[in-house]
Amino acid sequence: MKKSILPILTVLAAIVVIWYAGAVWLNSQWTYDQAARAGVEVTFSEMVSDTLTQARPVLPAPHQVAKGLWDGIAGQKITSKRSLVYHAWITFSATMAGFGLGTIAGILLAVGIVHSRAMDMSVMPWAIASQTIPILAIAPMVIVVLASLGIKGMLPKAIIAAYLSFFPVLVGMVKGLRAPDAMQLDLLRTYNASDAQGFWKLRLPASMPYLFASLKVGIAAALVGTIVAELPAGATQGLGARLLSGSYYGQTIQIWAALFGAAILAALLVLVVGVVERITLKRKGMAQ
Amino acid sequence: MSAVGWGAIAFWLAAWGANSFLANRYPKAGWVKALVPTLFGITLLVLWQGLVRGLNVSPVILPAPTDIATAIGANIPLLWGDFSQTILKGALAGYLIGCGAAIVVAVLVDRSPFLQRGLLPVGNFVAALPIVGIAPILVMWFGFDWQSKAAVVVVMVFFPVLVNMVAGLAATDALSRDLMATWSASYPQALVKLRLPAALPFLFNGLKIATTLALIGAIVAEFFGSPTRGMGFRISTAVGQLDLPLVWAEITVAALAGSGFYGLIAMIEKAATFWHPSQRGK
Repeated sequence: MKKSILPILTVLAAIVVIWYAGAVWLNSQWTYDQAARAGVEVTFSEMVSDTLTQARPVLPAPHQVAKGLWDGIAGQKITSKRSLVYHAWITFSATMAGFGLGTIAGILLAVGIVHSRAMDMSVMPWAIASQTIPILAIAPMVIVVLASLGIKGMLPKAIIAAYLSFFPVLVGMVKGLRAPDAMQLDLLRTYNASDAQGFWKLRLPASMPYLFASLKVGIAAALVGTIVAELPAGATQGLGARLLSGSYYGQTIQIWAALFGAAILAALLVLVVGVVERITLKRKGMAQ
Repeated sequence: MSAVGWGAIAFWLAAWGANSFLANRYPKAGWVKALVPTLFGITLLVLWQGLVRGLNVSPVILPAPTDIATAIGANIPLLWGDFSQTILKGALAGYLIGCGAAIVVAVLVDRSPFLQRGLLPVGNFVAALPIVGIAPILVMWFGFDWQSKAAVVVVMVFFPVLVNMVAGLAATDALSRDLMATWSASYPQALVKLRLPAALPFLFNGLKIATTLALIGAIVAEFFGSPTRGMGFRISTAVGQLDLPLVWAEITVAALAGSGFYGLIAMIEKAATFWHPSQRGK
């Protein structure tokens, strides 16, 4: 791990340098236009300093995004509508509600599939085929239809998040519950263990590494689903609504700040699942 | 609930019984493996139709499958126009550019283990981010037409393919690489004859993930602005007019396009990596 810190920092530094170059290049048009309109010549250094401080740049410079992010997180009261923490909290709560629902449904269906051959043969091909359907693209429609039924607020977003996190968990859990090999299953049979005992003592513990791998995918998918679900017009809360209002009013810094807020949230969620995974696997004696 | 609804439920129970019987009686037969899921799918449609008709569900909430089929039949030119705008222009162009760029970058960084060690964790991190959020930015940069949709797709498919390709290029074992060295194969020779073929199973894994992402990117980007055609545009405007059968017709087209696109890549994979253990067993 230590060996890769320097390369990662190098790559990140390269990204920042490219970003600054891109900001100067993309924003220079505006600077030159303004100068031509005012009838003044701008030197190269004036042009560079102007491109990095515009109020509505085409591409905000990294320090502008960082400032927008800092203002959004620390510069406002948490309850303020301009606070990113407030919007992130809205998104986070819907994500977690959906993730919880999706995980429970996925685990239950996986248990059913592992114990019933008919269910396995009927449901699994459709579960896999449904992965190829761009379901996320119709998320805003689901929101609008549910809103016309009077269902508003967190629940519709949570349904979409649940749907997206459901399939990774289902597929991973089926794989995990089938992970014990024939020898271990035979051993339990020689102990005359019942199906239920086999499930609790062998299959469920053996599925944990698979479960956590798919939980990481599932929680990231749930967050994406929630953000997209916040896009339809009328939404005023959440990171997705911040993205949309930013794009309506040309507030590029706001868009980028919301985007990075979402990225930080995603990283934190995956990190938390990773920590829980490490603790659980350690207690089960499965840590690598 | 009317007779239609009860009939659908009776059909469901009968089909479930038939599936249970078939699955337990002939678990290995090939025709059962195809028949059981087909029967299950038909049952879902019948149940859907029966419940919508039986409970008199308003078509504004959930149209019956026959309504959707009628909407598809009545709007074929419209659906084809949306399909070619969103899938053929936006998604496909972006998919080809994004995957091509990812493969080229993976081969370029392949010579530098330093860059690989840096790029792989960053790529893995970015692949988990809600990238679809850059759609409004790219629509601002590239305008409303399909170019901006292709740009969103490029960014969305780039990282999953890159991560898989880099992992694939590292997948050859030392023994095979030593064999290449004993034949004094040059770097390009070893790359073309050993490492690129060995990377194919990983690459196709990434390409298959990217098919769904490409469609999602192209459709979602249209919510941020589009010309007056395209599947995302049609979905959002038809929802506004409460023309739900048309919305579901678009969803059906999107689902068929997604499955077809995935199936196409899977077919190419089967032809290109016929030697791999995961393909030989079938």
